[in-house]
Amino acid sequence: MSDTEPAIELRGISKAFGPVQANKDISIKVMPGTIHGIIGENGAGKSTLMSILYGFYKADAGEIFIGGTKTQIPDSQAAIAAGIGMVFQHFKLVENFTVLENVVLGAEEGNLLRPSLAKARKLLKELEEEYELRVDPDARIDEIGVGRQQRVEILKALYRRADILILDEPTGVLTPTEADQLFRILSRLRDEGKTIIFITHKLREIMDITDTVSVMRRGEMTATVKTSETSPTELAELMVGRKVLLRVDKQPATPGDVVLDVENLSVINSQGVERLRGVSLNVRAGEILGIAGVAGNGQSELLEVLGGMREATGRITVNGEEIDLTGRHSDGQSRRERGIAHVPEDRQREGLIMEFHAWENTAFGYHHDPEFNSGLLMNNAAIKEDTARKMEKFDVRPPDPQLTAKNFSGGNQQKIVVAREIERSPDLLLVGQPTRGVDIGAIEFIHQQIVSLRDAGKAVLLVSVELDEILSLSDRVAVMFDGKIMGERLASETDEKELGLLMAGITEAPDKPVEEAVEEQLQARDARKAQIHG
Amino acid sequence: MDLMTILQVLDSTVRLATPLLLACLAGLFSERAGIIDIGLEGKMLASAFFAAAIAYMSGNVWIGALAGVGSSLLLSAIHGLASITYRGNQIISGLAITMLAQGMTVLIAQDWFSQGGRTPSLVGQARFEPITLPFAEALAPVPVIGPIYHELISGHSALVYVAFLMVPVTWWILFRTRFGLRLRAVGENPAAVDTAGVSVIWLRYAAVLICGVLCGLAGAYLATGLQAGFVKDMTAGRGYIALAALIFAKWRPWYALYACLLFGLLQAVAVRYQNIDLGAFVLPVQFMDALPYILTVVILAGFVGKATPPRAIGQHYVKER
Amino acid sequence: MDRMPHWADAVLVPLISLLLAAILSALVIIGIGEDPIAAFKLMVDGALMRSSGWGYTLYYATNFIFTGLAVAVAFHAKMFNIGGEGQAMIGGLGVALICLFIPWPHWTLALLGSTVGAALFGAAWAYIPGYLQARRGSHIVITTIMFNFIAAAFLNYVLVNLLRPSGAMDPASARFPESTHLPTFNEMFSTAETALFRGAPANVTFFIALLACLAVWLLMWRTRLGYEIRALGHSESGALYAGISPVRITIITMLISGALAGLMALNTTQGESERLILNATEGAGFIGIAVALMGRSHPVGVLFAALLFGFLYQGGAELALWTNIPRELIIVIQALVILFTGAMDNMVRAPLERMFLALRRKEG
Repeated sequence: MSDTEPAIELRGISKAFGPVQANKDISIKVMPGTIHGIIGENGAGKSTLMSILYGFYKADAGEIFIGGTKTQIPDSQAAIAAGIGMVFQHFKLVENFTVLENVVLGAEEGNLLRPSLAKARKLLKELEEEYELRVDPDARIDEIGVGRQQRVEILKALYRRADILILDEPTGVLTPTEADQLFRILSRLRDEGKTIIFITHKLREIMDITDTVSVMRRGEMTATVKTSETSPTELAELMVGRKVLLRVDKQPATPGDVVLDVENLSVINSQGVERLRGVSLNVRAGEILGIAGVAGNGQSELLEVLGGMREATGRITVNGEEIDLTGRHSDGQSRRERGIAHVPEDRQREGLIMEFHAWENTAFGYHHDPEFNSGLLMNNAAIKEDTARKMEKFDVRPPDPQLTAKNFSGGNQQKIVVAREIERSPDLLLVGQPTRGVDIGAIEFIHQQIVSLRDAGKAVLLVSVELDEILSLSDRVAVMFDGKIMGERLASETDEKELGLLMAGITEAPDKPVEEAVEEQLQARDARKAQIHG
Repeated sequence: MDLMTILQVLDSTVRLATPLLLACLAGLFSERAGIIDIGLEGKMLASAFFAAAIAYMSGNVWIGALAGVGSSLLLSAIHGLASITYRGNQIISGLAITMLAQGMTVLIAQDWFSQGGRTPSLVGQARFEPITLPFAEALAPVPVIGPIYHELISGHSALVYVAFLMVPVTWWILFRTRFGLRLRAVGENPAAVDTAGVSVIWLRYAAVLICGVLCGLAGAYLATGLQAGFVKDMTAGRGYIALAALIFAKWRPWYALYACLLFGLLQAVAVRYQNIDLGAFVLPVQFMDALPYILTVVILAGFVGKATPPRAIGQHYVKER
Repeated sequence: MDRMPHWADAVLVPLISLLLAAILSALVIIGIGEDPIAAFKLMVDGALMRSSGWGYTLYYATNFIFTGLAVAVAFHAKMFNIGGEGQAMIGGLGVALICLFIPWPHWTLALLGSTVGAALFGAAWAYIPGYLQARRGSHIVITTIMFNFIAAAFLNYVLVNLLRPSGAMDPASARFPESTHLPTFNEMFSTAETALFRGAPANVTFFIALLACLAVWLLMWRTRLGYEIRALGHSESGALYAGISPVRITIITMLISGALAGLMALNTTQGESERLILNATEGAGFIGIAVALMGRSHPVGVLFAALLFGFLYQGGAELALWTNIPRELIIVIQALVILFTGAMDNMVRAPLERMFLALRRKEG
């Protein structure tokens, strides 16, 4: 292999956004017919690098060689022409188009549609047989599940005859079984001679599938190694630049009385799809209940109902008192009055007003609180004082209450939210994806805060799509699939494999191959969701 | 009501629906590509003035129409610049363009003709003449079919036929061509188009310019077909009615035809009858005037079917991963 | 880091936009064969060099303060209220009913009553689009445009069929009784020796407009309601999270916006014409958009922008009187201001931002 040209070679790529250096003098070689992993923390510059390769951004300096020839990639068109295909983390599909139309879009033959569509239909059939990429060409995108949508993205790339396939965090939306399936497809593509670049922040996936791996930290490429010659611990150190604990340090829980009791909770969304289907669970004082599951199986809705952002049917009690699930007293305000605090899943869209000053954000949700008001008017001075105090305690940098939220890094933004919610010592803390887009230093800090709230005898309900996070933080784990709780386990008595099957809706050993069973479950779920569109 | 009266009302319906239909299809191209256009009114107005003014000066209505389309295209280009290149607020841009047209037309008209913001009346070749379709005279005596053919279908000016022909043409472009697929895609999810290697900016400019051409035709028809010359603010809200029709039509070409015919009918009835006595009560003419707007609000409120606009409408596109 | 200092964003960007609009307008004036400098002098003379000119300038500015504030308040909730025109028309109806059918002993009481009437009627007209936006997701831009037309038709009907005194030809109400007439600047500020603001329509409503500026500032930046309006404007999902009801705040914001637009009728209907006429608003609802955009949705900015447009309006009237430049020039200027400050903002902003970034690099 050493005498062939690399499929992709980057030399000295640099890219700055204003004062931020996103990529600094990056060079890599990826040999054809290999799967090359790129791993790094959030904000390490992985996606910027790939965006440069796909013509989204223009590098400030550096050269790109494809198959040994120097290539300019000013736009996506050039990338496609160079044989590069990209599967983005957020799919780029037209939702009310069919699979076929999406595949053809931009790669049509001639001015009329019909011949293009016919040709694509034939080619899709061939690709399907070759790579196990099954999708109904006439289904509309909004009628199929995310797993299938991802296949459409891969098909789009193959239809354009891509030799190099870049996948950006492709497993975030998949169940572990689906991820295995994806990995098999990728292996087969590699065996056919395609080159694959696989971007992830999950060490396990790197170890499972890649041949070589590059590590990025703060815009720089810190190492490129053969996967077989490294270990997760070594990679983690390369990513962070110091030794890291892969487990959270915590004592066994001493659960007390039930704080949150949920019975038979159901939610129907605005499209008429049932997103929660009879969920029951409880959380005790002094314990952390983790809700595991692939994104989009009802966890968000559960958090929203508990946080007062969404109406529901069923029964919820907090400290034995029932709370309203509809009407005027079912909102964030009244939940907070009941001692429920909420660190939402998406801090930029929910937890913070990005254009507000840090001090205004510290009152967010608590702006009716007497300590922040004097008579008819708000007491801005008191709010600012409170903000400065919290910023110091949570080591928010820079500790300037006047700065607008958008000017803080992801980790510091999250600290502002967590400080606001935890500092009131709530009876129940709802936490969604607490460490998404947060650097390792802040992750450790936030995890510690959550554990110490538990140790102070408070109840914590944690939702995360990161199985590692669930397993290391929770005392008990409940798994959600398709709006239902599939099972509950003690964190100390379960493992990823068992939870992975529950996450695909499989509760007992199936009488057929596991993959078939998973496929069946997912299809049933997607069909249920699509019914409404039909 | 006898057949003749009905035919006369329908005949004026067709004529009044024509500018609405052209403007509505114009908006359809723009909005299907994700660019809101509340400046239809202004583009029509500008075109109406330049069509009338140049037709008057040259004595040739086609040169006038060309000038009208040109002025409308210029305003479209400004809208494109503001909303595509500079990623500005599309609504504000459309509003500004309408005001610009309202001001500039009077200003130039006063400078050129000194008749208080109007053009001199157009006569002869400076107006669109009715086209008599083949056999119209011969078939006229035939009962029912004859008058319908002679009165209603024949005898309109060229732009009326162009407008009605544009309906199937628009449908065909949108749903049967590569350009149409891309245009619809860019209004739903521009990122999908961009990552597929197609220029979002170019597509959107193309849509906005097509919109300019059609708006230009609508304005030209107004001043040189429907009426004989330009008067200040002569569009009188037609651009907004066209916008209403577009929503009413749920952004579909054939429905656009029906919506514009309906609104044209309302205008025709209001022009002919003033107050309508329904026995129990009288429908005032003002109610008829307001009816298109009321209907649109009812549609928007979702009480009669839901109008779902293209998903990316009004959003500018910024590349991101 | 913010790309440029706050003051540049608030002052420099609108000023440069204004300059661009002025240059283009000057070109237009040259294009129609007039001298832009002479025209500008004439405008200044007519609008600012005599107290009666000021009387008109301030009269127009009063209208624009109200409609500008109306648009600005809605902007803070990220709503675009294009319906100021219609809300002001209906506000006028409220003023007329209060003035015609309640026997007021003194103008102060009448003013109180008509203030309530104008605000209520304006708010009511804004309520329906607000409700439809909040509850049914109907696009407020389109509904408010439609409501302008519906208001015009409705007012036409009411004036022609209901309020027109028998025998009268023009579609207008009867004159309001003497006791409701508002003191004009002429009456308020003239002394025995010197008559000030002679013949000008500026009246006591101007001070109500100033109060409205103060009230809006307090509301937006010092009260919980204002906090909630601004939060909703930036992020609806954020508002929901914080327990701020988007439905409630959307409707309340539109009510406030409509009330402010309605208040404009105090100035035109009770203050100036002293009866309800068909086209009392004269496009002031649309100028409010230019004013709010230029004033960056801040009451102080709105005040200055309204004064500027008051000047343009009065100056434009002078131009139409003495030159061959029609009043429509003002509409052109207004369109250009809206275009540059509202839609082509980035054209002005981007180079400025680069300049400030370069400056900062040099310092650092």
